[in-house]
Amino acid sequence: MAVDVVAADDTDDQEIAADAGQEQGRGNLVSSIQSVLHRYPALSPALVLLAAYVVFTFLGDGRFARLDTTGRMLQQTAVVGVLAIGQTIIVLTAGIDLSIGVIAIFSHLFMARLAMNNGWPSILALLAGFVAATLFGTLNGALVSKVKLPPFIVTLGTLNIFVALGLIYSQAREISGDDLRGSGNGLLVWTGKTISFGSLRITTGVLMVVVLYAVFAYVLSNTAWGRHIYAVGDDADAAALAGIDVNRVKLSAYAVAGLIYGIGGWILLGRADTASTNNAGGANLDTITAVVIGGTSLFGGRGLIWGTLLGALIVTVYNTGLSLAGVNQDYRTLAIGILVIVAVAIDQWIRKARK
Amino acid sequence: MSAADTPAAPILTAQGLVKRFGRVVALSGADLELYPGEVLAVIGDNGAGKSSLIKCLSGAMMPDEGVIELDGQAVHFRRPQDARAAGIETVYQTLAVAPALDIAANMFLGREKRRPGPLGSILRMIDKPGMRRSAQEAVQKLGIATIQNMNQAVETLSGGQRQAVAVARAAAFGSKVVILDEPTAALGVKESGLVLQMIRDLRENGLPVILISHNMPHVFEVADRIHVQRLGRRVAVIKPDEYSMSDAVAIMTGAATVAGGA
Repeated sequence: MAVDVVAADDTDDQEIAADAGQEQGRGNLVSSIQSVLHRYPALSPALVLLAAYVVFTFLGDGRFARLDTTGRMLQQTAVVGVLAIGQTIIVLTAGIDLSIGVIAIFSHLFMARLAMNNGWPSILALLAGFVAATLFGTLNGALVSKVKLPPFIVTLGTLNIFVALGLIYSQAREISGDDLRGSGNGLLVWTGKTISFGSLRITTGVLMVVVLYAVFAYVLSNTAWGRHIYAVGDDADAAALAGIDVNRVKLSAYAVAGLIYGIGGWILLGRADTASTNNAGGANLDTITAVVIGGTSLFGGRGLIWGTLLGALIVTVYNTGLSLAGVNQDYRTLAIGILVIVAVAIDQWIRKARK
Repeated sequence: MSAADTPAAPILTAQGLVKRFGRVVALSGADLELYPGEVLAVIGDNGAGKSSLIKCLSGAMMPDEGVIELDGQAVHFRRPQDARAAGIETVYQTLAVAPALDIAANMFLGREKRRPGPLGSILRMIDKPGMRRSAQEAVQKLGIATIQNMNQAVETLSGGQRQAVAVARAAAFGSKVVILDEPTAALGVKESGLVLQMIRDLRENGLPVILISHNMPHVFEVADRIHVQRLGRRVAVIKPDEYSMSDAVAIMTGAATVAGGA
């Protein structure tokens, strides 16, 4: 009797499978493109980056394709690139972080002032900067996961708080890279040290960013914590029922993001070669732009960290390419705005592929 | 075939469970017995306390009063993880699968296996191929022929296949009891058939099943015994071959009573 039932069910199964097959088969070229892009979320930003690179190479007067331009673009992308790692992790949990830039700013001020004004050894000042940023991130995380406030509101609030703390703490005074180097605190601006490969000049900060992307690509796809980040953002209720401590995962996501912003503060200090509250002003929104263009869904649970790196590079490439083609700043900003909206529209369209 | 005929000791019992939410009493002294190798259906009208009863058994809720015993030992589940660690797996109505993750990842969600050696202990690397293999085995054991590729995202599956993944997960990890909460509620005829067959397969594999369902034909098709819940307590336990579906509904709604019902 059991055998009969199993056999009968098998035919059912085949029919179900056939139905599914037809649905896929209905798809022409467009929907198979859709499903490929859906399966490989980093593919569309990679194609956009490639296309932009090719177009700008042939569009301008040849300056764009030169290695020194590439090196400069990589350096320009470093700060937003590293901060966007944290933003990606938070967005994957279906959150958002508006306080990114100011955490990095506070941490780089903190490092520089501890070393210069308080005479801390540079290594301790550096670590203290990381700790401060991690604490700020943890505060965001606690407000989101324990007090259950929406991430947008939490980080909008802490954005202002951390800005104020930075201004109060630094008394709006700047510390230059020369001052730091002169006082034996070169470590703090070490991330701005140039490395040359022929005419391609990058900085140690750029290399650090690449290493950090590799580390977090590994962590997100190959550790249980990484899987839980996706699961929590995908469906928090399902994750909780599966035995995941959703609040702890969220808290840890914001804390880890905070640490990344601390490292970002170090890279910022090297890049700007000065500790100032004026640095990295647009970093908050730029990281969100990078995340979105990189194909990570703002609704959480979907996306790849490499996509974010590509997204950050796309923005720089557009800016640089348009600038070298003689397009002025206002129109470049306009172009980036259109790019963001197109990226989100494409993302929605890809998502619609499989329902 | 039904183990309920034999006087074996019950594997899971609940006695006098009480659960109040403010002035609302969800459970007012509910009892339940589950015997080895049986499918026990739990039916009841909305608000009869089915969900609260199941939540107490699966650790999602703590009863205010009463005793739950597993294998004769009193247990106190504070979280779903406690029940799970004790061998009670629950498939929730809401499925509890993460749509964007693949089948293998969902199967092991919350209890990922790590790679042996330093890769696992120092680098915390999860054992993707191993989990994929285990997922494949679990799915095959339940004879789900439609699911082949363990790397498929769950959102690409049909409702029945998703339910199958959830049931397979419960079967793979549930060593003592599997609880299914309305597993066929959102499914079509064919897919329901698939899930009901999985329930029979679980019983064949020796795992007792608690099935919560509104669907009388499904209940009467697979259950060995039917626990009728009404107004926060058990009012009867009936056998599907001795009562009709309309009898069951009558007992459920209070239109009829059963002599000797608890």
